[in-house]
Amino acid sequence: MHRFTRIALLIAALAGGWLTGPATARAAPEDLAAGLALMAKDSFNDTAAGIDAIARSGAPHAAALIEALQDRRLLIGGSNQKIYYRDAAGSVRDAATNEVVAAPPADLSAARMNNRVRTAASAAMGALSLMNPDPARRIQAAQAVMKSRDETALPVLDAAIAAEKDATVRTELQLAWAAVTFVKKDATEAQRLEAIALLRNSGTRDALSILRTLPADTAGPAREAATSAISSIEQRLQLWGYVQNIWYGVSLGSVLLIAAIGLAITFGVMGVINMAHGEMVMLGAYSTFIVQEFFRGYAPGLFDYSLAIAIPLAFLVAGGVGVAIERGVIRHLYGRPLETLLATWGISLILQQAVRTTFGPTNREVGTPQFMSGAMEIGGLVITWNRLYIVIFAALIFVGLLLALRYTPLGLHMRAVTQNRRMASSMGIRTGRVDALTFGLGSGIAGLAGVALSQIDNVSPNLGQSYIIDSFLVVVFGGVGNLWGTLVGALSIGMANKLLEPYAGAVLGKIILLVAIIFFIQKRPRGLFALKGRAVEA
Amino acid sequence: MTTLVPTDAPAPLTPSLLYLDGVTVSFDGFRALNALSLQIAPGEMRAIIGPNGAGKTTMMDVITGKTRPDTGEVLFDHGIDLTRLDEASIANLGIGRKFQKPTVFESHTVEDNILLALKGDRRARSVIVARTSQAEAQRIDEILEIAGLSAQRDRLAGLLSHGQKQWLEIGMLLAQDPKLLLVDEPVAGMTDAETEATAALLRRISAADHSVVVVEHDMAFVRALGVKVTCLHEGSVLAEGAIDTVSENPRVIEVYLGR
Amino acid sequence: MITRALLADDRTGKWFLAIVLGLAIVVPILHLAVPETSPFHISTATLALLGKYLCFALLALSLDLVWGYCGILSLGHGAFFALGGYAMGMYLMRQIGTRGVYAHPVLPDFMVFLNWKELPWYWYGFENAWFAFLMVMAVPGLLAFVFGWFAFRSRVTGVYLSIITQALTYALMLAFFRNDMGFGGNNGLTDFKDILGFPVQANTTRAALFAASAVALALGYLAARAIVSSRLGKVLVSIRDAESRTRFLGYRVEHYKTFVFTVSAIMAGVAGALYVPQVGIINPSEFLPANSIEVVIWVAVGGRGTLAGAALGAVLVNYAKTTFTTGLLAPYWLFALGALFVVTTIWLPKGILGKFNDLWERWRSSRAEKTETKPAPVPQLAE
Repeated sequence: MHRFTRIALLIAALAGGWLTGPATARAAPEDLAAGLALMAKDSFNDTAAGIDAIARSGAPHAAALIEALQDRRLLIGGSNQKIYYRDAAGSVRDAATNEVVAAPPADLSAARMNNRVRTAASAAMGALSLMNPDPARRIQAAQAVMKSRDETALPVLDAAIAAEKDATVRTELQLAWAAVTFVKKDATEAQRLEAIALLRNSGTRDALSILRTLPADTAGPAREAATSAISSIEQRLQLWGYVQNIWYGVSLGSVLLIAAIGLAITFGVMGVINMAHGEMVMLGAYSTFIVQEFFRGYAPGLFDYSLAIAIPLAFLVAGGVGVAIERGVIRHLYGRPLETLLATWGISLILQQAVRTTFGPTNREVGTPQFMSGAMEIGGLVITWNRLYIVIFAALIFVGLLLALRYTPLGLHMRAVTQNRRMASSMGIRTGRVDALTFGLGSGIAGLAGVALSQIDNVSPNLGQSYIIDSFLVVVFGGVGNLWGTLVGALSIGMANKLLEPYAGAVLGKIILLVAIIFFIQKRPRGLFALKGRAVEA
Repeated sequence: MTTLVPTDAPAPLTPSLLYLDGVTVSFDGFRALNALSLQIAPGEMRAIIGPNGAGKTTMMDVITGKTRPDTGEVLFDHGIDLTRLDEASIANLGIGRKFQKPTVFESHTVEDNILLALKGDRRARSVIVARTSQAEAQRIDEILEIAGLSAQRDRLAGLLSHGQKQWLEIGMLLAQDPKLLLVDEPVAGMTDAETEATAALLRRISAADHSVVVVEHDMAFVRALGVKVTCLHEGSVLAEGAIDTVSENPRVIEVYLGR
Repeated sequence: MITRALLADDRTGKWFLAIVLGLAIVVPILHLAVPETSPFHISTATLALLGKYLCFALLALSLDLVWGYCGILSLGHGAFFALGGYAMGMYLMRQIGTRGVYAHPVLPDFMVFLNWKELPWYWYGFENAWFAFLMVMAVPGLLAFVFGWFAFRSRVTGVYLSIITQALTYALMLAFFRNDMGFGGNNGLTDFKDILGFPVQANTTRAALFAASAVALALGYLAARAIVSSRLGKVLVSIRDAESRTRFLGYRVEHYKTFVFTVSAIMAGVAGALYVPQVGIINPSEFLPANSIEVVIWVAVGGRGTLAGAALGAVLVNYAKTTFTTGLLAPYWLFALGALFVVTTIWLPKGILGKFNDLWERWRSSRAEKTETKPAPVPQLAE
């Protein structure tokens, strides 16, 4: 009990000091001196008492001192009985003045520790942080208490809660209080119930794991409340789990969409299966890499803007290669879709090997701009920025493409050629040019997909290969000649993949999906949104 | 209804070979056939005329099972429901079709084209062991003679001229020996002499108790056939009767010439 | 006698069979009877390589049967090959008995390693050679039958079919990579000891396996030739050239396609089964979609729709691959292979043998035309 009284006193002092604000801060240099004197004795009891005094002193470097003690960096001068500590940078400072000591005594030894000292130190640290003027630090401290569930922190917590004005921090503090109280042996029924209510409201995974540690001998209302709280949190977490999975599905779906949409255009308009489509994606990713290398070398400060160059460049590189492939190879193979498939497969091998010879077979490092790093949280949902940007990017490409097909002359010609090539040709549309540009457009979009994928996947010569089968399935599933079909196809496949994963595992889920698509094609051999009518004859 | 001839007769009391009633087919909102009704008697030859997009080819697609009607009845040979069968079953019931664009098997010889069309067991397990019998060989000779392709029998069909392909396809129809022949523009690309020969051949086939439905644009040819004519327009029957009656029908004239 | 009837009009076929059967006799003799010092001696490595080529030739032949004659471009034939290989591999694993690392009398090593207690039911029976050899044909055949029956009945054709065959082999690859499928995960099946009681590594066994591959190739050729020269074969070609026309003649296209697809898968399975003991391993990478596509190029190079050409293409392309990938040119192999795809499809659509046949025909007809010329007769109508 002695210890608790001491801590209570300490808290009262701390709270008083902090609450009255820095202007009236009751500086207690005598506490610091007394504390240090106690510590110099290097007996466990005195050290513990010294810790309290130092914490009470309100000295700016009090926390640094106690931390140093915890890390065995608190040093006692053998001959002069003065206290020093080694700071994070390694220099030795005088504990009383916090000045760097140029020539520390040779006979320094680290202060001894035992569990008692350790407990006192962490309680003092917790208390110091819980009262820290910086709300972020207070939240951190509260979360640390919640993890440790150290009973000794309770009085500090009570005081901190009473003093806290910031609602967010207050919630965190209360949660920490609840976590400690919940497991505290001698907590009253009322306290325990209050703790359970608080944990239940927080609804987090941490709260759940605390609730699951309900002592076996607990009975009556507390047990009931805890059980119901557990199931309530479980439900909530499950719900958020679904939401999270749906988000993953949307995210994967949008990746598939940008990877497949170019394919849908070339297949829809030209009836060409471009097996080198994946390599166009790869070229886009490598373009991003080159642009970033350039920025790293010449303008590291502008690195965050590298994507602004990479996006158009990737489009032009992949699109240019696409036009070259169309003019050089595919043009000779119209009306022979299977041969086109084989020839473009050959091209894909050549492109892969060319990239492998130029850039090496290993993954190349593509950086993420500052604004795309990190994640945000909405309730129980975690959304990483880069995924969110890819979803937005995919949406922009999709809408842009829809508008381009509807309102540009090339779009008009492309639609004409999709519906009736011979008629379009006799109307004076230069189908050859439309074909080349269409193929260029499809490939260019694949290049854009490469920019996006470089942010979430390894940039290696095999990048394209890993997306090609999925892209084909999206196109085949959605049906050709209709961008909406590709959208629905990509989102359904992405969603199905991610919703199956928790039940079947990633690989089995994928297998199930593949088999499902194979069966689906039996039902709708021309995909979800197939063109109908007499003109459609394979 | 735009029909002049009442076609809303109940179930066929007269023994018709082919019976279409209220057949509607739409593609994405466009009605290719609109409540089409038509009857063909056994041994009858019928010419179908109509402007482009009148639904002639779609009608053939429905009869041969390529297209399923949205609504309507398609009955053949005493009430067999064709809408439930696939192309192969319908063909085996005895409905042969000649396409607008001649489609023959280009990498087979002329003789093999006829051989494959010959009436017989079409099951894979019988076909794999099939040997050309005496009777079959004789029949092939006959047909090649009729089609005027005897000298070409060992040539690949792909090497034939357009007219020859037309004849080959007619020969294949003969080989199938169907109860009902659907012939789509048989004389397109033929010389006058060939056209006449085709007309004569079709008449002869019909006389041998085959029903024939001919879709044709060439009015001279239709006239030469001298049979009952049905004029289709926008997926339904506009007029039906003798060629002179139909061609004098003001609505037919209007449809063909426009206002 | 049937053979003679089959080959009556098949000049290439006679040559082909003569060469293949000749190899079946000569190569084992050169390997076993000719001393190692002689320049005519065939080393174990070369023998294994040649045996591999023959298995690939049979695989190419099987693909040519469906692609060349029926227009079904399967991008998943490697799956049937691999399934046949796994069936054989399972038999070979069971033959190891207690000689494995863990010396378990029943369970193969990898199962002991995974702490399995019992043999999975689908491994039953594979200790019997007859059962395993039956499965070599039955498993790929059944899969092809079921897959084909569904796909062809729903009229999945052209590139759509190609893509779902690719999805099929991809799905199988993922499945076989899983440890809990019970096929050894990504290590596959290996460390074989005996086949039919003979040690797989022995020179005589290797020679016998080579001869067996050659005989299988010859039989495969005869079977394929029998099919394509029958009336059914003509129907297949009709389907390839004008599918809906064939339907309107009353042929059930889906039955024909399913039949030929199944036969072809069985041939591929046999090829895989002969391949496995000669290379000593089967693992899931055999299911890689890229492998299946490579088979297509063998057929295309040799000449689709020529049977012998497909086998020739398989040997040529694989010989080139061996030469390329073992030397300094190794990094350029994919360039060469890629270029081969492009060049063949654009400039040599009928492949080597097809081109050769064309030239031969032209030469023959130019000689024939000198002797007789016929005017194109006008169709006459006898009344």
